[in-house]
Amino acid sequence: MADLSVNFAGIRSPNPFWLASGPPANTYGQVARAFDAGWGGAVWKTLGEPIINVYSRYGSIDFGGQRMAGLNNIELITDRPLDDNLKEIAEVKRNYPKHAVIVSLMVESKREAWHEIMKRTEDTGADGVELNFGCPHGMSERGMGAAVGQVPDYACQITQWVKEVATIPVIVKLTPNVTDVTYVARAAKQGGADAISLINTINSIVSVDLDSFAPDPSVRGDGSHGGYCGPAVKPIALNMVSACAADPGVGIPISGIGGISTWRDAAEFIALGATSVQVCTAAMHYGFRIVEDMTDGLSNWMDEKGYRTIYDFAGKSVSHVRKWEDLDLNYFTVAKIDYEKCIECELCFSACEDGAHQAIRRNERGSGRHAVEIIDEACVGCNLCSLVCPVQGCITMTQIPNGAPKVTWKDFTAGKGKLAERPEHFHTAKFG
Amino acid sequence: MTALPAHDARLPTHDPFAEIHPPLTTDAALAESHRCLYCYDAPCTRACPTHIDVPAFIKKIASGNLTGSARTILDANPMGHSCARACPVEVMCEGACVMNDRDEKPINIALLQRHATDYALAKDLHLFAPGPATGRKVAIIGAGPAGLSCAQDLRRRGHAVTIFESRREPGGLNTCGIAEYKLRAPTALAEARMVLELGATLKTGVSVGRDVMLDALLKDFDAVFVAIGLGATKSLGIPGEQLEGVVDALTFIEVLKLRRAQVKVGRHVVVIGAGNTAIDAVTQAKRLGAESSTIVYRRGEEDMPCYDYEYELGKADGCAFRFHCTPLEVLGRQSTVDGQPQAVSRQPSTVTGLRVRTPAGEEVIPCDMVIKALGQVPRTDFTIPADHPKLFIGGDCANGGAEIVNAAAEGKEAARKINAMLGGN
Repeated sequence: MADLSVNFAGIRSPNPFWLASGPPANTYGQVARAFDAGWGGAVWKTLGEPIINVYSRYGSIDFGGQRMAGLNNIELITDRPLDDNLKEIAEVKRNYPKHAVIVSLMVESKREAWHEIMKRTEDTGADGVELNFGCPHGMSERGMGAAVGQVPDYACQITQWVKEVATIPVIVKLTPNVTDVTYVARAAKQGGADAISLINTINSIVSVDLDSFAPDPSVRGDGSHGGYCGPAVKPIALNMVSACAADPGVGIPISGIGGISTWRDAAEFIALGATSVQVCTAAMHYGFRIVEDMTDGLSNWMDEKGYRTIYDFAGKSVSHVRKWEDLDLNYFTVAKIDYEKCIECELCFSACEDGAHQAIRRNERGSGRHAVEIIDEACVGCNLCSLVCPVQGCITMTQIPNGAPKVTWKDFTAGKGKLAERPEHFHTAKFG
Repeated sequence: MTALPAHDARLPTHDPFAEIHPPLTTDAALAESHRCLYCYDAPCTRACPTHIDVPAFIKKIASGNLTGSARTILDANPMGHSCARACPVEVMCEGACVMNDRDEKPINIALLQRHATDYALAKDLHLFAPGPATGRKVAIIGAGPAGLSCAQDLRRRGHAVTIFESRREPGGLNTCGIAEYKLRAPTALAEARMVLELGATLKTGVSVGRDVMLDALLKDFDAVFVAIGLGATKSLGIPGEQLEGVVDALTFIEVLKLRRAQVKVGRHVVVIGAGNTAIDAVTQAKRLGAESSTIVYRRGEEDMPCYDYEYELGKADGCAFRFHCTPLEVLGRQSTVDGQPQAVSRQPSTVTGLRVRTPAGEEVIPCDMVIKALGQVPRTDFTIPADHPKLFIGGDCANGGAEIVNAAAEGKEAARKINAMLGGN
């Protein structure tokens, strides 16, 4: 049986699944329930200056019948008294000594303010802190959250202030609302951060009410851009995690966040370099019980693959993420249809005909029925047909062996290597 | 065996007219619409005689465009409301759904179609407009599904339309001939009204051949579409058929649909025949409180002309099925005067049983009501002239008796041909 425990920058946790800082980690009652349900850790909802929240805080998009494929929120940091939070954090840590209790922090950009909150937090016995340089809504208008995370110098400076007094690990949480997340990641490292976590939520307006023309969520007819999260943001988060993991200037542990709903999502984040993962939207949607399958599924998969700990596969995908110019131009694939499985929906036909390379033909087979057929010489192996096919394993992409050695764009433009011959149909641009 | 008088339906514990397929809720319709794969050249569309663009109307439900969805349906099939309820979808669109090949339940096309078309009725949407007047006039004989479908398409092309209907109400068998738990008369009437609102003139209680002559119509109109349906139920040709207590299935269903206060059902009912109308009658009798309701069929189970799911419906309702059972005589209690049999037509019921021949010999099935469901014969009161250039024909009178959707398709096809002949757009 796999060992799911992690030591994340010195923070020990029975498994890599933490509640992300947010509404599910706002009180003792919630965090205790989460730990009882099997969560390994929790990042307490951000503590800071007193704030007031608005009523109506979340908006979501449904897709194809799936509720909350993406969620956005305009809720600010905790609106509970600081003393209550600190007391409850201490109580959680006392009652759950083996679980990871991390506290998210955000105060105004003053050295004393950060020193003060850091010291008070350490007094609770918490295992670590996470500096919230990421919230894109509300707090950023007051010079906090993403307003810090979008300027590498600020992020570095505040991290330094915190590290001046911190004796427990300091994680810096990054905003995705930047051109290149690695700049801030490196700045955090430079400021002394022990780890980074990403992504925070993405600037968004999820929808507009077509009767009132108010954006959702609506506060008496008006709205504000909010932070986007949930399953829809996972690909963006994976890319940013991978960029930080691959950057030698970062080189500190990464806690992966963004749309994680299943053990599979978590395993992908870990493969791309994370060594803990944080979950919020899925817990808000389905409750804390989802962690049972997360740990069970990850453990079973690791057993099947022979991974003893998550460090056995952590980062295994990092080296596979390359620049485009490093990809092999001589690797050819073609779609193959398993006619035993085909249900004749012909989605592959319309997708290829209208959206790809018109490489599928329809052959009459009587009674108005048609059999789709891949035109091998026109197929560019783009995958679209296999992606739209509703039957698992019906369309597979198969390599066409051409005997040609690997040639990348970088090689090719440097005059090295030889491109394998492409079918005439491609009308490939001619070089030199 | 003592004769049991026919009686008014006792009050059953359930609604005998409750719909077998209640409408979808908005949530259920959304969830179901999202299941649709949106097939290209979809098999469901090909399987529909009117070729409704099924994936298109379902995606419109998913996007919240119910107006567009209803228009897509009713453009292809003016009888979209009744077809949503009474079409044998298991052997048409839903039977062709690719989900069947994925070992999943087919998309519930019928109820999605109902969801969209009910919306059009509830909102009283006017989805189509009459075309600019062409000055051409078309007579349609029969306001059933074929006639109404033809009328809609002709009006949309701007031709003046007059419909002659012998009954008091339009809709044909949609209004009076389909079990109430499938299709309610008010729905059929509302559907007819939507067509008529395009400006077709409806003359009810007018029988062509009696009140107005076909020759006159051919003279007065630029084209005539004959969609008169079929005639009387076939006769049993056995003694006792004339007894009070022997009714034909279509009359039985018509009474319970349109004159419900007059409906009478026996305590023990025998239905002769095994088509879809026979199932309508046997289940409806059971639902109305008959203690027993039995199909008597001269051939075997595998020979039954009804659809499989209709048979299942009958069985699920607790109806009995007697196969290889040939009716020989309806037995009755004859009143006599001076030893002579007298007319019995004013008796509530004089039927006491049905004598039948079975492979094991003759027997008497006790019953107090016999419903004949032997199919209809062509009409004998109206001769359709062959090959008249201004005359077109469609629906049951042309195809010998088929589904509503076939009648609708034929009505539309007739409209297309008439329009072409009239040089319309």
